Order: sequence, then structure tokens, then C-alpha cells
Amino acid sequence: MTDFYSGFWGVFIAVIVIVSLIWLAVLLKSQAVIKLKKGEKAEVLDHKWDGDLQEYNNPLPGWWLWLFILTIVFAVGYLALYPGLVLFGNAKGWTSTGQFKQEVAKADAKYGPIYDKYAKLPIAQVAQDKEAREMGQRLFYTYCIQCHGADARGAKGFPNLTDSDWLYGGTPEKILETIEKGRHGQMPAFGAAFGEEKVRDVANYVMQIAGKPHNELRASRGQATFQQVCVACHGADGKGNKDVGAPNLTDKVWLYGGSEATIIETVTNGRNNVMPAWKDFLGDSKVHLLAAYVYGLSNTPAAATK
Amino acid sequence: MENQATYNYKVVRQFAIMTVVWGIVGMLLGVFIASQLVWPELNLGQYFHFGRLRALHTSAVIFAFGGCGLIATSYYVVQRTCNVRLFSDGLAAFTFWGYQLVIVLCVITYPLGITFNKEYAEMEWPIKILLAIVWVAYAVVFFGTIAKRKVKHIYVANWFYGAFILAVALLHIVNSAFVPVSLWKSYSAYSGAVDAMVQWWYGHNAVGFFLTAGFLGMMYYFVPKQAGRPVYSYRLSVVHFWALIFTYMWAGPHHLHYTALPDWTQSLGMVFSLILLAPSWGGMINGIMTLSGAWHKLRTDPILKFLVTALSFYGMSTFEGPMMAIKTVNALSHYTDWTVGHVHSGALGWVAMITIGSIYYLIPRLFDREQMYSIKLIEAHFWIATLGIVLYISSMWIAGVTQGLMWRAVNPDGTLTYAFIDAVKATHPYYFIRFLGGCCFVAGMFLMFYNVLRTVFDGKPVNAPIPAVPAHA
Repeated sequence: MTDFYSGFWGVFIAVIVIVSLIWLAVLLKSQAVIKLKKGEKAEVLDHKWDGDLQEYNNPLPGWWLWLFILTIVFAVGYLALYPGLVLFGNAKGWTSTGQFKQEVAKADAKYGPIYDKYAKLPIAQVAQDKEAREMGQRLFYTYCIQCHGADARGAKGFPNLTDSDWLYGGTPEKILETIEKGRHGQMPAFGAAFGEEKVRDVANYVMQIAGKPHNELRASRGQATFQQVCVACHGADGKGNKDVGAPNLTDKVWLYGGSEATIIETVTNGRNNVMPAWKDFLGDSKVHLLAAYVYGLSNTPAAATK
Repeated sequence: MENQATYNYKVVRQFAIMTVVWGIVGMLLGVFIASQLVWPELNLGQYFHFGRLRALHTSAVIFAFGGCGLIATSYYVVQRTCNVRLFSDGLAAFTFWGYQLVIVLCVITYPLGITFNKEYAEMEWPIKILLAIVWVAYAVVFFGTIAKRKVKHIYVANWFYGAFILAVALLHIVNSAFVPVSLWKSYSAYSGAVDAMVQWWYGHNAVGFFLTAGFLGMMYYFVPKQAGRPVYSYRLSVVHFWALIFTYMWAGPHHLHYTALPDWTQSLGMVFSLILLAPSWGGMINGIMTLSGAWHKLRTDPILKFLVTALSFYGMSTFEGPMMAIKTVNALSHYTDWTVGHVHSGALGWVAMITIGSIYYLIPRLFDREQMYSIKLIEAHFWIATLGIVLYISSMWIAGVTQGLMWRAVNPDGTLTYAFIDAVKATHPYYFIRFLGGCCFVAGMFLMFYNVLRTVFDGKPVNAPIPAVPAHA
């Protein structure tokens, strides 16, 4: 009985429930007093309202009476077997968390071996297995498409998993780590530190190294700032750093967009992005299979033609 | 003392007309949000987005349409069955204008995104306070009239109206407990599972007392009146009245099965929801059996058709409700459109049908006419409304069960067979059928509006004289 700090409430609830059920039965009995003999008609009661409104004194219909009693009897039986009368516990010792654990254990016993089969094999090898890929895809459809999309091509703020560009690395080990532990990508906000002009300069330098049309003068001014500040994560060449998830700024892949306005927004306000950790929720075998599926999206012949 | 010799029909007329007006507004909103589910492009900007208009739809049909219908009929019934004019004309007028102001404020604030974030209780705190004041005034007028009645016994319809008024006051005030942070923003005084439980204690009792007890009050007057027969069983009304108002108070937790609500609370919610079946059916039996000896009238009287069909839908949805409260069934039905279908079999089938029938009964009497302008139009209204309900409910049953089954379907490897979007795609055609059903129902309301206008313009407002009380009453 963990719902309450005091045992009083168990008594309180049990008493109220039992008295209520008894009260309903008494109410029923108190009004089940009229009996009509066969062929006898019910009398009309002596009251009259609004000219012609009257009431018969018919007895309670028998089937209805029994329906009522049946539901009360059911209530008594159910409350004996399942939680309800807090004071007395319940005969089955049932709890919803208990049922949940039981069902999870059952599912684990039933489905576990299907996944465990692949757990020992290297991810790159699992990714070549047709059946494993299909199972991985079903897991992906259940847990991943909300952010990464059914085609795994992501969206603004959600990485595309089908290209060969990786924020944290695309080796089987790195993908597994990403899914297991999740990721927290943070780009600090520089709006206040830089001021508007400097932010725009840096943005133009980023566009320059990305090979996009840009303002030369601003880019050259921005380069200085970049080499002073941004270099810490994105590197001197702007090719990023997979250890901290700092994106490569020189390729054509943009997580939030590569227009001047968007880059300015990114530098000014920073970005904060989370990939949840799945290890505890899915368990090792499923994460392994998912990693193989994601790896396979850009590393199998099948994926290439898809 | 001209006033003392007549009933106050003025406030009844006002509420009765607004019942029809708000009915059209609320149901049109319903059709619009139903079409948004079919054609998502119709989410026209933030003010006309589904998320905001849905709350306006539910409040408009329940509280504006249903509420005006309940207040109109309760003012009429309490006067006529007590043989006395309303307790206070001034307070009664205040309840009308106050209630309309509450509705208009909701119509303005909901699309603006001003919301308390509790289902069926979205109004922000200034409106909540205004509603509480209006409701207390309503209670004073109603019970004041009962207190000065000229007839010794209180008619059964007034028991139900009385329970409805008291319980709704209690529900509204307790569930509304708020902590204001600004003029248009406040937060619930409760938190977590307690907040959820208070909300569904409120939510389900809004169904029990607003949408059930109140309309049973309506039923107990207009069915025997229109059928010209005595109520079937006084005993049955005693048992089912007390059992109904007692048991409903326990049923709320069935909205929170398999959630963070403690197990014992869920069990109690489930068993008392099942116990609720018989008390609910008591009202249906009493209504339908009242017609014995008058069944032939159904052939020619479309008003009676509305009332009896309402009782049939009432019986159906109060059977469906307890079944859906069983945890195993709920595991399938919860969060699906089955729930939406269930609500509408109650809201359209029971609440709207009984209200429409009663308003058709009232209008000629309030405007000094023998009958409505066109009986044929009532007949047409009946059939198009029934068709609409059938389309609505059956499509939502199929949609709901489909969703429930698709969501739980698993592959041999234990993964989900369908992504969420697959179930949305499967539901799409049924959303269209539901939209058609809604169109039918609104079309019926427009027929009613025309019929009411013609009757009103052909007639003139009257306040009926109060007859002498028969000696033996």
C-alpha cells in the first residue's frame, strides 16, 4: 500500500465503498415493494401536476432489478480480486505495474531470441542481412521516423541518415554509440559577444569556405574572428570535429540551412539539439540491430539503389 | 398584480430561441472541425485552427445549445408543475443575459488561444467567476420557485433539474480552483494525478449531471405531456434518480484507465461505471414505457418521434458507456475515435434529439400558436437528423475499432505493424462519412430555424395564465 502515508485512508476508502454498495442494495429493496398479480393493472397515483401529468405505480421491472443486483454482485467480486478496497488489499495481488512487468517479460522471452541472434555478429555484417535489415526497418519505423522521417532523410534540425555525412562519425561503433547514449549537440550563442556586424562577417566567411556566393570584404573580416573563436570546435579548416559533433562547414550539408539569414541565426542564438539515448529503453540487441540498419542506409548496395 | 396571475414565459422564450441559434453555431463549428480532419488545409491560421475551434465546438454545443435548452425547459417546467410564477423575474432576466455574456466571451477568447487548458472547462478565470455567479442566480430562481410552489408534491422532472443545478455548481466551482497569474491566464490549483482526477471527476459528472440528469428532467415532462400518458412507474423514478445521482459521482476514473492514477481508483471507477448501467436504463424504461397505450401516436407525431428516438439513443449510449469503462475494452477503445462516436451518440442522439423535440413542443405554446408552422418540416428534420447520427456513429465505430486494432498490431518480431500515420490513412474515409453525417444534422437544424422563425412571426409572445390548483393535488 504505497499510495498513502497513513493507514487511515485504507479504512476510509473501504468503509465508504462498502457502505455505498449496501446503500444501493437497500435503496433497491425499499422500492421493490409493489407486486402486481397476473392481469392486474397498476394504479395511477393521486398526484396531478400541470393539468394532466400523472404517474403509475408500476413495480420495478424484474429483469431490470436483476440487472442492477448483478452489477452490484460483480462489483463485490471484482473488488475482492482486484485493488479497490485499499484496506483489504486484493486476492490476486494484482498491480498495474506488476502486469506491465509480466507482459514485458513475456514479450522479452518471446521476441528476445529473434534479436539476440544478431547481437553477436558485427554490425557491418548484420547490415548485409536482408531479414535483419527488414527487422531494423520496422524498429526504425516505430522509434525513429518521428524525427528522422520514414525515408530517414531527416528534416531541419534532424540529420539525414542516408547521406555519408556524419556529425559524430559513421563507423558502426560510432552509430551504435549515438543510438545507445544519445547525443547533445550544442552550438553556443555569439550574438551578444560578437554584435550584429561581426556575426554577419563570420557568416560570410562560413559561406566562403562552403563555396557559396558571399561578400568578400565581410568574409575577410570574418576570417579573423573564425580563426580566433570558431576554430575551437570547427577546426582551422572549418571541417568540423566529430568528437564534439561540430559539423563540417565546408560540405554542402546543412543541419539547419545554409542561407545567410540562417547562418546568422545559428551564430547569434546558438543551437541546442538532442538525440535521445535508447540503450535502457530498447536493450542492447535492438540497438545493435538499429545501428546495423542505419549503417546499412549508406553502406549497402541495396541502400544505394533505394 | 398582472404578473402574479401569469407564468413568466419571456425568459423561457429567450432561452428557447437561443437554444436553436447556439445549436446552429455549435454544430456548424463541429462540421467545420470535422472537415479540417478530412482536409487539413482548412486549418486557416492560428485563430481557426482545430486545436482552438474544437474547444469552442464542444462548449458551444454542450453549454450554449444544451445549457440554453436546459434552462429554458427548466424555467417552463418548474413554473407549470409548481403552479407558480418564477421566484424572481429580475434574477431570471439576469441569468439570461449573464449566461449569454459567458457564451459570447468564450466565443471570443477560445480562438484567441486564451484557455485554462481543462477539457470542457477551457474558460479563463474571469469568465469562470461570472459563470459561477450566473449559476448561483439560476439556482436561486429555480429553488426559490420550488419553495413557493402551490402543489405539495415536487414533480419528478424537478428532482432531476434540481440535481443538475446543484451538481453543476459544485463541479464547476471545485474543478475551476485556479491560481491567476494575469487577467487572462491562470493555472489549476491541483497538480499531477490529482489534477487529472479532479478534471475527470468534473468531466464525467458534466456528462452525468449536465447531459444526463438535466435532460432526464426534460424527458420526464415532455414525454408524458406529448404522449398524453402517465409516467410508467413512480417507484422506478425514485430508485433510478437516487442511484443515478449517487453512482455517477464515482465513475470519473474510467477516463484515466492505465494511467498514473492509482490502481484502486481505477477499479472503483470501473465497477461503479458498471453499476451505473441499471440506474441509467431506469430513465429509458420509464420514458419508453410511458408510451404504452400511445404507440400509434408515433406514426403521426414527429415531435414524439424525436423524444422516443432520443430515449433509444440514451439507452444505447448508456449501455456502451459502462462497456467502454471495462478496462479490457477500454484498452482497445481509449484514445480512438470510438470515444468520439460514443460521445456523439449521446450528444446528438440523446441530448440534441430530446432538446429539439422539447423546443418544438414549447415554441407554439410560448408564441400563442396551436402548433408549429409546419409539421412536415419537423418530420423532415427528424429523418435527416437520424440519418446524420447513424452516419456519424457508425463511421466512428469503424474508425475507432480500426485504430485500436492497428495501434496494437505487432509483427512476429514484436515491432509495431503499423506506423501511426498508417492508422490515420485508414481512418480518413470514415472522417469524410462523419463529415457528411454532421452536414445532415446541421441541415436539420436549419429546417428547425426556419420553422421556428415562421411560427414566431405568425404568433405573438404570450404569458399563460396560472390556473387554479385542483383541490386534491
